[in-house]
Amino acid sequence: MNAPLVGARIQRKEDYRFLTGAGTYTDDVALPGQTYAAFVRSPHAHARLRKVDIEKARKAPGVVGVFTGQNLADAKVGGLPCGWLITDVDGKPMKEPPYPALAQGKVRHVGERVAVVVAETLQQAREAAELVEVDYEVLPAATDVRAARKSEPLHDIAPDNTCYVWSIGDKAAVDAAFAKAAHVTKLEFVNNRLIPNAIEPRSVNAMYSRADDSYTVYVASQNPHVERLLMTAFVLGLPEHKVRVVAPDVGGGFGSKIFLYAEDVACTWASRQLNRPVKWTAERSESFVSDAHGRDHFTVAELAMDKDGKFLAMRVDTMANLGAYLSTFASCVPTILYATLLAGQYTTPLIYCRVASMFTNTTPVDAYRGAGRPEATYVVERLVETAAREMKIDPAEMRRRNFIRTFPYQTPVALQYDTGDYEATLQAAMKMADVAGFQKRKEEAAKRGKLRGLGYACYIEACGIAPSNVAGSLGARAGLFEVGEIRVHPTGSVTVFTGSHSHGQGHETTFAQVVADRLGLAVEQVDIVHGDTSKVLFGMGTYGSRSIAVGGTAIVKALDKIIAKGKKIAAHLLEASDADVEYDRGVFKVAGTDRQKTFGEVAFAAYVPHNYPLDKLEPGLNENAFYDPANFTFPAGSYVCEVEVDKDTGATRIASFVAVDDFGKVINPMIVEGQVHGGLTQGIGQALIESTRYDAQGQLMSGSFADYAIPRASDVPYFVVDTRETPCTHNPLGVKGCGEAGAIGAPAAVVNAITDALGVKDVPMPATAHTVWSALQKTSH
Amino acid sequence: MHAFQYHRPSSLKDATATGAKDEAKYLAGGQSLVQAMKLRLAAPTDLIDLSSLKELSGIKVSGSAVEIGAMTRHAEVAASAEVKKAIPALASLAGMIGDRQVRHMGTIGGSLANNDPAADYPAAVLGLGATITTNKRKIEGDKFFKGLYETALEPGELITSVSFPVPKRAAYMKFKNPASRFAIVGVFVADFGGSARVGVTGAGPSAFRQADMEKALAAKFAPDSVANVKVRADGLNTDLHASAEYRAHLVTVMARRAVEAALS
Amino acid sequence: MVKVSMKVNGKPVSAELEPRTLLVTYIREHLRLTGTHVGCDTAQCGACTVLVNGKAVKSCSIVAMQAEGADVLTIEGVAKPDGTLHPMQAAFKENHGLQCGFCTPGMVMNALDFAKSNPNPSEQEVREALEGNLCRCTGYHNIVKSIVAGAKAMAATK
Repeated sequence: MNAPLVGARIQRKEDYRFLTGAGTYTDDVALPGQTYAAFVRSPHAHARLRKVDIEKARKAPGVVGVFTGQNLADAKVGGLPCGWLITDVDGKPMKEPPYPALAQGKVRHVGERVAVVVAETLQQAREAAELVEVDYEVLPAATDVRAARKSEPLHDIAPDNTCYVWSIGDKAAVDAAFAKAAHVTKLEFVNNRLIPNAIEPRSVNAMYSRADDSYTVYVASQNPHVERLLMTAFVLGLPEHKVRVVAPDVGGGFGSKIFLYAEDVACTWASRQLNRPVKWTAERSESFVSDAHGRDHFTVAELAMDKDGKFLAMRVDTMANLGAYLSTFASCVPTILYATLLAGQYTTPLIYCRVASMFTNTTPVDAYRGAGRPEATYVVERLVETAAREMKIDPAEMRRRNFIRTFPYQTPVALQYDTGDYEATLQAAMKMADVAGFQKRKEEAAKRGKLRGLGYACYIEACGIAPSNVAGSLGARAGLFEVGEIRVHPTGSVTVFTGSHSHGQGHETTFAQVVADRLGLAVEQVDIVHGDTSKVLFGMGTYGSRSIAVGGTAIVKALDKIIAKGKKIAAHLLEASDADVEYDRGVFKVAGTDRQKTFGEVAFAAYVPHNYPLDKLEPGLNENAFYDPANFTFPAGSYVCEVEVDKDTGATRIASFVAVDDFGKVINPMIVEGQVHGGLTQGIGQALIESTRYDAQGQLMSGSFADYAIPRASDVPYFVVDTRETPCTHNPLGVKGCGEAGAIGAPAAVVNAITDALGVKDVPMPATAHTVWSALQKTSH
Repeated sequence: MHAFQYHRPSSLKDATATGAKDEAKYLAGGQSLVQAMKLRLAAPTDLIDLSSLKELSGIKVSGSAVEIGAMTRHAEVAASAEVKKAIPALASLAGMIGDRQVRHMGTIGGSLANNDPAADYPAAVLGLGATITTNKRKIEGDKFFKGLYETALEPGELITSVSFPVPKRAAYMKFKNPASRFAIVGVFVADFGGSARVGVTGAGPSAFRQADMEKALAAKFAPDSVANVKVRADGLNTDLHASAEYRAHLVTVMARRAVEAALS
Repeated sequence: MVKVSMKVNGKPVSAELEPRTLLVTYIREHLRLTGTHVGCDTAQCGACTVLVNGKAVKSCSIVAMQAEGADVLTIEGVAKPDGTLHPMQAAFKENHGLQCGFCTPGMVMNALDFAKSNPNPSEQEVREALEGNLCRCTGYHNIVKSIVAGAKAMAATK
């Protein structure tokens, strides 16, 4: 028998096509009769549309169609829906303003779509778009979430620009605990708005076929079935079976490609009006203003302790910036995915959090790698580190005093952690980071004129949001299960269909490892198919680090069915009773004998059923499973970051970064490490350089890679990463998920290190050289 | 990008004849111009590709000067053994421009004619007191940069080469913009034995010389001579990435570090 | 319209183009070599990197006419004709130097050129050589490892 595949560093099956230029991303798809779309976008953050004159554009060379919001309204095309209903503290539903795919009456952020021009060539579309004349009546813009309540209203139904005020926890009990605390630590900060910037820009290519009144939509999406469901049921009013959505190779998502976007709707709708395929691919400057942004919280957070540093209570007040409209999952990110994580790894018995989510004249904000959990971790880990310093308790010791040590553990903010060992990851991280030698390194750095600092972050994450009925009771408007199908071919090779989507995560390898291991096959004998609604039964896609925990488990459940059926076939072939047949990695065996059949032999018998129990069993070997998890999974980890700050310039260098994560069982360590490296780098980007800036008129100042920095190779070091395993207790693989961890834990670790280096209570993110230098001017350094 | 007529003249005369047209632009490496055209910030009617004019490329070193043809790519200057020997700071500066891909296309002539306020070469032109030769005349480096994206070049005038005097020692220090990698502040210092020059880029609307530092360095070419020279923030750039005050501070820091590097 | 002729992946090609046609547009849309990608409009991301006469260049930053008469190599021309990966490509696979694959062609093309003159690069040299290539997935860790290994492998097979 082969060595186990689960846990092995198997090279990726998908790499060959990417390394040879043979990947197929949406923009690579060229359809017969292809046309190209260009969007006319608002240059104003807030304005009434007095007139949209498309006559000149319509007559421009090559133009085949020009459409405005009025056309969509006339055709009764619906607005973009929001997938999660949050209920206000007063019991009323959140305000859900209409979100038309092309603006109607008003524009509410720079970059909002006013019209779409479709032409024979991209050049022609772009040139004609410049001929669309729009008469704007410019209105004052709300850009700062703190001032939003008193700014010009964006939507009639929300006169104070408030979408909802939501809370969790027992405020009176929390206030009482604060009143008798020995020490209270308070911080006030902004969790900076980020622009996701997957390197593949968003793209859609939609084709209508009159032959059967159907649509095929290629789109850079993380969840093609959800895209189809939202687009057909809520926006275009089409039957789902007439729409095929294909998310082919997708060049990174990080959350930004979860959502149903207006461009997808407009191109799909236009393809029918024109009876031609319509393609649009974002220019990067369009991505900056039209991809959903992430984070953007203003928070006041307090932690109450007894005299020994034991946490008594936490009180958090957050204003979340939703941008101009409710994007697909915008409402649940600063609530359900944020406040429920405020216990972190600690036994804080009382937590209260209030969140006011505001509309502003900025690009809509939604889930971005971590989605609420980085914001929560930042609150918790900045508070804990600051409290430790204020109370003169070693920050690691402070954490240890408060770690949750018995599981399952019910937090005061709804979640029940199934398992974990926080001490183990912290201890390992401290050892790998040589925390003991830090003082010496600090002194050595000082001789070079550098300020060295060390910061921790011990994060918790909740992945695989579930179960559907609980989520439904909290406002989710979608299911949260996943689907797997195993199709065994007559010669024993296997095609697996998954509703999860891979856009860099390596599912084609990881999932194949799981299946091949269980069936005793080589990885090459198992292919994974994803991203096509015409092939995959159904799926919720990839977000929230759910793929292996939910999608992987669905596959395992389908495998169980395959094996159960295989046992019956084997029992027949071996002339034994079903109950006597045992199965282990590709071999069906009569217990206690050496009589056996291989998986391949059983598969062949299923498809060539000459010697087969046809009276009891259908031929064929093809099973599927829908898996709805019983609980979230709870990855956790400890990060130690060391920085060196250049006193003269304020520039911060990440001197070392150690990450020890507990992802439960690891299927492919190589891929898991890669996920951590990427997440850490995005987290470091948030902490140090990623700065989204609007001016008072609502213009995005940081609207290109020339002004919005994302980390380059020279901004980060080699990372030191390792894992500890406490297997998840409620899925068969024992897996928890690893996609977002790095982005969740890194920002707090970096800022904790910088504040340590500077000896200050706080520095704002991003802690650019300029920001740190400014902070240094107020110190004695 | 808007449409244009493309020309690839085979002689300097043909190039400048077409270049005399009102909305014509010379195309050197195109690393700024093509970008500007893509973003529809520039829309020339005629684009004159200089790549066939071999006489505009190449590096000549005499005892007292390094002469670089206008079409010489940044990568060639960075890798040139002759430049490294004569003015290592100049080779090093060329190696800091943009990234490797940009350096393979971008040219010194194109960079200077564009006069981006954060470009690197202008610091060297001022820091070394270079002379810019065009198809019409020689222009002193000190008189070349006129303001934001403005130079002394007349319409249709074409840079053919740049001549850099060889100093006793020199160095360039650059504090990079984290996004664009252009200079937030770049300082080029040169010691000519008894006199010194300090060229500053990134800090103001156009590159400039720092007279106080030059005076101090002329007296004594040492880090301490500039370490305490406070640069006034008035007139310096404030943008998303840095305030004028921060830039002023960085000029002093980068100047000190450049002097240290020149002496090491 | 202007006539442009060049060699792409060893094969002579020519076309009548609008002068404003970028090299990357010519490669992707006219030649249908879609392995070369476009990730930005300000020449930062480097996903469009190809070799022009052996040198790494951003094909979004030059018009096709600037490559007139040149020898252009794209990602499609890197592996051996029988499909065997070039040592640099193999190093990316072995070191998990790619995730979504979108920036990968540009990374590989730049690395190929870099490795020619840097057969045994340090981590720092590789990081500096990647100033013109953005990746949002890998945190660069494994890309840097891949290029260090790929450069050595290229030197060894010379």
